[in-house]
Amino acid sequence: MTPSALRLVTPDSSGIKIPARKNLPTFVTESGLRTELKKLSGVDSVGAEARVAKLSTRSLKKDTKKSAIDLAISMVDLTTLEGADTAGRVSSLCIKALQPDANDPSVPSVAAVCVYPDMVANARAVIGNSPVHVASVSTAFPSGRASLPVKLLDTKEAVDAGADEIDMVIDRGAFLSGNLFKVYEEIVAVKEACGTAHLKVILETGELVTYDNVRRASWLAMLAGADFIKTSTGKVGVNATLPVALVMLEAVRDFAEEYGELVGVKVAGGIRTTKDALKYLVVVNETVGSTWLSPDYFRFGASSLLNDLLLQRTKQRTGNYARPDRFSGD
Amino acid sequence: MESLHSQLGGLQYDDAPESAAIAKIKNEYGLFINGKFTDAKEHKSFLTINPATEETLSQVAQADSKDVDAAVQAAKRAYDKVWSKTTGPERAKYLFRIARLIQERSREFAVTETLDNGKPIRETRDIDVPLAAAHFFYYAGWADKLSYAGYGPDPQPLGVAGQIIPWNFPLLMAAWKLAPALAAGNTCVLKPAETTPLTALLLAEILQQAELPDGVVNIITGDGSTGAALVEHPDVNKIAFTGSTGVGRMIQQRIAGSGKHLTLELGGKGANIVFEDAPIDEVVEGIIDGIFFNQGHVCCAGSRLLVQESVADDVLRRLIRRVEQLRVGNPLDKNTDVGAINSAEQLARIAELTSTGEDEGATRHTSTCVLPQKGFWFPPTVFTNVSQSHRIAREEIFGPVLSMLTFRTPEEAVQKANNTNYGLACGVWSEKGSRTLWVAERLRAGVIWANTYNKFDPTSPFGGVRESGFGREGGRQGLEAYLNV
Amino acid sequence: MSENRLEVRKTYKLLINGAFPRSESGRTYEVLDAEGKFLANVAQASRKDFREAVVAARAAQAKWWSQSAYNRGQVIYRLAEMAESRHGELAEVVEACEGVKAKEARKSVSRGIDRMVWYAGWTDKISQIFGGANPVAGPYFNFSVPVPSGVVAAIAHPANSFEGLIDVTFGAIAAGNSVVVLASGDRPIPAVLLGEMSAVSDFPGGVLNILTGNAAELAPVMAAHEDVDGFDIGNIEANARVELITSAAGSIKRVFESEGFDEANAVRRMRTFIETSTVWHTKGQ
Repeated sequence: MTPSALRLVTPDSSGIKIPARKNLPTFVTESGLRTELKKLSGVDSVGAEARVAKLSTRSLKKDTKKSAIDLAISMVDLTTLEGADTAGRVSSLCIKALQPDANDPSVPSVAAVCVYPDMVANARAVIGNSPVHVASVSTAFPSGRASLPVKLLDTKEAVDAGADEIDMVIDRGAFLSGNLFKVYEEIVAVKEACGTAHLKVILETGELVTYDNVRRASWLAMLAGADFIKTSTGKVGVNATLPVALVMLEAVRDFAEEYGELVGVKVAGGIRTTKDALKYLVVVNETVGSTWLSPDYFRFGASSLLNDLLLQRTKQRTGNYARPDRFSGD
Repeated sequence: MESLHSQLGGLQYDDAPESAAIAKIKNEYGLFINGKFTDAKEHKSFLTINPATEETLSQVAQADSKDVDAAVQAAKRAYDKVWSKTTGPERAKYLFRIARLIQERSREFAVTETLDNGKPIRETRDIDVPLAAAHFFYYAGWADKLSYAGYGPDPQPLGVAGQIIPWNFPLLMAAWKLAPALAAGNTCVLKPAETTPLTALLLAEILQQAELPDGVVNIITGDGSTGAALVEHPDVNKIAFTGSTGVGRMIQQRIAGSGKHLTLELGGKGANIVFEDAPIDEVVEGIIDGIFFNQGHVCCAGSRLLVQESVADDVLRRLIRRVEQLRVGNPLDKNTDVGAINSAEQLARIAELTSTGEDEGATRHTSTCVLPQKGFWFPPTVFTNVSQSHRIAREEIFGPVLSMLTFRTPEEAVQKANNTNYGLACGVWSEKGSRTLWVAERLRAGVIWANTYNKFDPTSPFGGVRESGFGREGGRQGLEAYLNV
Repeated sequence: MSENRLEVRKTYKLLINGAFPRSESGRTYEVLDAEGKFLANVAQASRKDFREAVVAARAAQAKWWSQSAYNRGQVIYRLAEMAESRHGELAEVVEACEGVKAKEARKSVSRGIDRMVWYAGWTDKISQIFGGANPVAGPYFNFSVPVPSGVVAAIAHPANSFEGLIDVTFGAIAAGNSVVVLASGDRPIPAVLLGEMSAVSDFPGGVLNILTGNAAELAPVMAAHEDVDGFDIGNIEANARVELITSAAGSIKRVFESEGFDEANAVRRMRTFIETSTVWHTKGQ
């Protein structure tokens, strides 16, 4: 029993409408940048967390779950960022990135490997010309406590060694002490140093703490030219969380609608299970939608997540749980 | 470059529903009087159906005036001989038992409620049932602490309470009525709504499991005539009614001069006020929660959206986009956001009032969601260009229909919000605390939500002013309705 | 079934931070029943054990207070459920410790459990009874909220082995404090059993800490410890209190020194370990 003639005054009022790309404003003063950031709405943390709690109750359809697992695998930036990394370690990681399950070539390759700048050449040697990207951290990752020239050199060396993507860190000290312009300028400079490599800007949301800060830092990074905004280095106590991802995705959505610019989101640190990963995909699904459900615009920075995705994938296909040792530990 | 369109909600969610089998609904029920169920065959009966599918769920008894008398006499006997002699600590322990039993059988309750009412399982599971258990737990703790409640050193109960509850939160409303009444030392005769008797009847089983003494609570199903008989029964000392203002008015008239105590929780036309500095994404969720939670079958629903003019366009655009994402359908599906309308009658009322909206010149935006073929369904709807004189701005629709108006200043927002004979609940959205508090103290409402909506807790008093009723449920103040003070 | 079966005897340990360690001092002492027969060796807590317990209590208190009042009530109620399920065991132990008749022991245990249920129902009433909005003369929204003092050290009743422990412990806990309680020196077993039951009642570790040992040795340590906010010495002999209070005054502790198990005293105890925090907020457009 349906009511009479449905009349939508605003046609096509569903979904996110992204206009043709507009020029981003440039900022030359602290006050100019502040004025722009003041336009942003605040975030009520109780409300944001409640929204995420509700979204976490969604369950995916069985068939959808299968394809969502494959999608998640294709979104992984397989990561090793340890002081003890060696050529051998990086090599094994890259081989796994290219074919995550040695016994099953139908498993998609991951989006990228992510390593320290002085490991890029090793990674590139193994990755070669395959579609898997080589991402490098830079700018004195993870602390970001170094001079700008050092950060730019760090970036340039990674790019020269063959990195397709650069994951930089923002200066959190500058952000928290109110020197937003310094943060902005550094991102602009690093973006230039990237050349054709695409730039992910790590906000280190665990250190920014409040959702208001996360929204502001996201917007600032996008204005400065970020291709991706990323939650965390994975090296601090609090890394990616669902509410933080929600706030960043909302910022990305609004930015796309205002400037026609598509910026991606990467969640990193602490995402270990398929269940977690699927929750993030649900949040993407209901905040920014189909365009972002692609490795071009959404990534998981993770290491152990991949094997859990493979386990779940096997369960979906065979109906049985596999032994974790079936998959390489790399 | 051409513009792009990113589709929201494209990932498909599971439509494997929560199993109905756990509900164990019987084919027929008698009345719960004096600790036992009467034989269903002794009574005339009526059917209760699943509003999402129109399938019959069960046959329940129609209590006539003799049955009402039997229930009231059982309650009176139980009061005189047992319950008035039961100490506070002992009453507390019964209520704690009931709370625990509800927790233990929570899935059964949630599924039964969804089947009988039409509301989504996510809501019965996460809100209705936990709150019902919490309500009993909270009032259990008052039973042996009445001297601290601020009503004197030894406040006494009223006796027999006749309680009539609506169909929108059947189990929760039963908890809201029974828990404080029993804690204060009264005995009860409860009449659930005609279209939603099943969770009250399941609660009767819980009361048996808790070994509550016979007659302390009696549950009698029936239509309006049962309620009328209960209201008019001379041995009932207290009437508590939740329902429409129209029926509340009749009850107040009917018991005038009888000496019966009365509390009423009636209708509302809640104003959800959005200032320009409100947190925009949370506001949109709050507007949605305010009117589409429980299909809008909420007396305190935020059914009038008052938006500051400077942000009205932006709010509307985001709101409509969000409305399109609402999943309307099978209430047993864990991913459903909006369930079925409770009855054909209610659906007709909603449709009629909604059509006046267009007739009177407002602009209608209705979700393009696909509705199931069987059952009673209404798509989420938002009206703009609404003026205060429109029927959709004045009358309670009690469905998923929102009327949006604008304002310029805080003063104007308050004036428009108060421009109603109702006074149940309002919402205020702003990041400026001083303004929120300034507005809150000027709003004529019993409940004000700031930067949230439709939040309930057993410790928080709920109730209206003016034609939304009098008396409070929940909190310390909730005891007053059941004490002779 | 062999009648000569050897019993598996229990080791009675301290409860600190949700775990059951022996005293770091390695000491134990003999607990005898009312007839002088050996009951058990029980850990004899040292000042270091008390120090550890305070550290645990401090860390746990923030977590305890961050839970909802409803949740805290449910946890205390769960402990009452546990105690009820072991009513017989508790009564036997009370009978042995105190030398009372079995019927009297059962009544004491019933009273103690009922009292715990009473406390469980207090958690979400305190705010409403002891707090409220204040009508200040000015455009301010002003409200007073009762908050817990923090960490409370308590001495249980020397003779009443079950009820006497409950009253010095659960009032403070219901108000949101965490507690380090020293059980009766001569009759500690019921307290230790209650400690065991608390471990399966969803108490966060450190909210309830139960030490067994010598009050004369430990009470001065408790009084002098700076990071303890409240001190319940109602069960210490009147002539021994002055010295303790003098020491406790060093950190301006809230001290409770009234004796008796009546309801009025129970409420007095709760009020002693509650602080009132008042907030002003401007009201204006």
